[in-house]
Amino acid sequence: MPDIDSDFLALPLRELADTALQRARDLGAEHADFRLERVRGQYLVLADGAVETAADSDTLGFAVRVVHNGVWGFAAGDDLGANTSAPNHDAVAAVAEQAVQVAKVAAAITTERIELAPEPAHPNATWVSAYETDPFSVPVGEKSALLTDWSRRLLDDSRVDHVDITLFQAKEQKFYADTTGTSTTQQRVRVAPVAEVVATREGKLDSMRTLAPPAGRGWEYLPTVESELAELPELLAEKLAAPGVEPGAYDLVIHPSNLWLAIHESIGHATELDRALGYEAAYAGTSFATVDNLGSLQYGSPIMNVTGDRTVEHGLASIGYDDEGVATTSFDLIRDGVLVGYQRDRRISRLRGYESSNGCAYADSPATMPIQRMANVSLSPAPGGPSTEDLISGVERGIYIEGDRSWSIDMQRYNFQFTGQRFYRIENGRLSGMLRDVAYQASTTDFWNSMTAVGGPQTYVLGGSFMCGKGQPGQVASVSHGCPTARFSGVRILNTVQEAGQ
Amino acid sequence: MNLSSPQEIVERALELSRADGCMVLVREASTANLRWAGNSLTTNGVTRGREVTVIALTESAKGTSVGVTARSGLRGDDLADLVRAAETASRDAAPSEDARPLLGPESAGTGDTWDAPPATTSISVFSEFAPGLGRAFERRGAAGHLLYGYAEHSVTSTFLGSSTGLRLRHDQPSGTVDLNAKSAPPETGGGHSIWVGQATRDFTDIDVDGLDAELTRRMRWGARTVELPAGRYETLLPPAAVADMMISLYQSAGARDAAEGRTVFSAADGGTRVGERLSELPLSLRSDPAEPGLECAPFVLASTPGREITAFDNGLPLRRTDWISDGRLAALRQTRHSAELTGLPVTAHTDNLVLEQPDATGTLDDMIAGTERGLLLTCLWYIRPVDPQTLLLTGLTRDGVYLVEDGEVSGAVNNFRFNESPVSLLERVTETGATVPGLSRESGDYFPRTAMPPMRVPDFNMSTVSQAS
Repeated sequence: MPDIDSDFLALPLRELADTALQRARDLGAEHADFRLERVRGQYLVLADGAVETAADSDTLGFAVRVVHNGVWGFAAGDDLGANTSAPNHDAVAAVAEQAVQVAKVAAAITTERIELAPEPAHPNATWVSAYETDPFSVPVGEKSALLTDWSRRLLDDSRVDHVDITLFQAKEQKFYADTTGTSTTQQRVRVAPVAEVVATREGKLDSMRTLAPPAGRGWEYLPTVESELAELPELLAEKLAAPGVEPGAYDLVIHPSNLWLAIHESIGHATELDRALGYEAAYAGTSFATVDNLGSLQYGSPIMNVTGDRTVEHGLASIGYDDEGVATTSFDLIRDGVLVGYQRDRRISRLRGYESSNGCAYADSPATMPIQRMANVSLSPAPGGPSTEDLISGVERGIYIEGDRSWSIDMQRYNFQFTGQRFYRIENGRLSGMLRDVAYQASTTDFWNSMTAVGGPQTYVLGGSFMCGKGQPGQVASVSHGCPTARFSGVRILNTVQEAGQ
Repeated sequence: MNLSSPQEIVERALELSRADGCMVLVREASTANLRWAGNSLTTNGVTRGREVTVIALTESAKGTSVGVTARSGLRGDDLADLVRAAETASRDAAPSEDARPLLGPESAGTGDTWDAPPATTSISVFSEFAPGLGRAFERRGAAGHLLYGYAEHSVTSTFLGSSTGLRLRHDQPSGTVDLNAKSAPPETGGGHSIWVGQATRDFTDIDVDGLDAELTRRMRWGARTVELPAGRYETLLPPAAVADMMISLYQSAGARDAAEGRTVFSAADGGTRVGERLSELPLSLRSDPAEPGLECAPFVLASTPGREITAFDNGLPLRRTDWISDGRLAALRQTRHSAELTGLPVTAHTDNLVLEQPDATGTLDDMIAGTERGLLLTCLWYIRPVDPQTLLLTGLTRDGVYLVEDGEVSGAVNNFRFNESPVSLLERVTETGATVPGLSRESGDYFPRTAMPPMRVPDFNMSTVSQAS
């Protein structure tokens, strides 16, 4: 297990926190928290084997959030002082003052008093995610050489016109302290490598990319993607030569590399309590899964069980303590097909009378205020359940889908449309060649209630999104979604070429 | 070392550089925001930050390689570390395909005053807006409605210096306001939902009472509800919805991708479709840094090498560019590198967008009055590309779809999922009105500077009904 980097620990974390929290207390704040954070990012892009972008970012700053006379105030800054031995207490105190000032200005048009669900103090807590090799410890030249080699191998195949390789890497280090006595220091890394091949043949353009999802892992994850490269040219050629799908209703068998996306959009966001209560109404939207439905909404078929979990190993949203100092946990969202829970932060939990938060607060940078963000939301496999082949064998006429591509869902999370990477016709329980131009469209509860089987643990994959947007000002979060392969009946399939009127 | 000003950081970083070439960008950004829900402010904040980006170039027999490092929260002698890190990265990197000689002062654009301190904003930018918002809360509350929304103002001062002598600076104010009203609480389904939005440079032109009056008008339109099935409808798109579609088109208009056969702007026999007619109407789609009210950086500002915007072009002057002229595709977004590949002029990405039909003067209300039966959208949402070859997009209507009958709005219609291509829309559009500022609902938070006309499309593809309200 890696340790938290010594250069982060050498920052005057506790000293600056004490300054900020004391200043906020002196100005009458009933709650204050201080977050000092360093976020490193590295983005590599190769186009046809040539490095197009290689950029490093390193963001270091701090934020103070207060509740003052029942009103939020938030301010952020990045003046930490000339060096570690001379921290800039004045700048930190000034940001605390700004946060209180903002709360005072906002008080004139605030009618809802801010209260937070209680949380026990967690003094001096630490947490580090599970990885072997810090991706930032690997020289850029070594990375570029590896990705260039991938590109060359793919470009050497005459069925490939272009190769795009992208590699995102991120490392978060957070120190949090609040006026209840909690202080946490945490570190985690994540990587998202993708290789995509593109070709045009006989007037048709298409692409094919790797299925390995982004992961809360280190550099040791790269071979997972590399193992997929050899099959990409053949898959692309088959897709370009495939017939367009005939629109209509089909039974679907959906691999986790595609199904994670349906979970993210139609369950993950729909079971965020802030949405259900309207706190994202003007931007990302609300949710059909309103609070009056809790405990009664038949969200999906009785074989459907979904959890929120910020503790799963290698999860992109996994962490020990959230950005409000709440110890993270695992919790039920859907049990036996029925809506039984929501994802919540401290403020939103208190609004609905919950005794505690379930640890879903997150801020994507030192300059942003924590908002309620998604836990790793996952569909449970069936113990002893079927393999993917078994699921396919039970379909007379259908489509097997792998990989994600386009996605869209309405602002209450009813109507969605997804595409994918690979679509195979199923005839009499067997795969019988690829199809192209496929999109599937459904309403959330219709779709999940049409789920007739879920695969066993051997089909389970932890997929996910590296960049999920929410909030105003906009924030980006990474989140994992585990699921088995699953089977659905009678789902509407569109032909995207026909939809374009071609 | 005292690094109190961004100008000092630029100069010091360039002095420290030992690379074959170097660019330094310092971005000083301040923001202020208010967010509200259910007729009450929910969150608010101010931020201030400085980001320093060093772009180091290393020349070798194989070409020019580049290393980019960016840091915020820079402290004291961190600057030397930052410069060395960029240099190390550039030595490690493979040569960049889009590398071109850096511009010098003689060939670069001109900017704002170099020596002036960074421009800033603060929570006081809302001093007139916030009381207006409070009045809107009261009016909505009295009407039994709930108001949701967000206001943000930011000012970013960017300082660009290079080892070839560039010293360019640009101050960019940006602001947006979203007002979303609902006739019932979202936790019970939300009732009828409506939205208005506006971009601004300084909030002095935001008339909250006027925006709220428009909400009242639309709420009245929703008094009667009509269920309609999916299908192709004559549809009126307001400027905000046209902005949604045109921003998607602009983002897909990269010259290099087109030349490689990868987009809707690729010619069937190779090359690009530049010169082809896209619309029977004499439409122009343009960007111009000097566009009144939509002013943006008059030269390229980029932190990294890239396919469609590249740091190698930093400082390149930007002037009015017609992307579509008199209905024909006139240009695609180019770097100097892609311009050489395509043999077309350099027409670099510019941070605003205007669609206009020179002789069109009507308003959206005029177009409603001239409609026998059709749909009126207010805004679009969750727009994603489905097929690059046709630029087919999918997305949804949101916060107000209305039925127009005999020249008047006759009721609110359910929402729809659409599958449409903006390029196909330009082919089929039969009427546009006068161009006015219009804030994209989907992309306005990062691309707020747009002016668009309302547009009539005879057969907009509403693919399915959405139950969202």
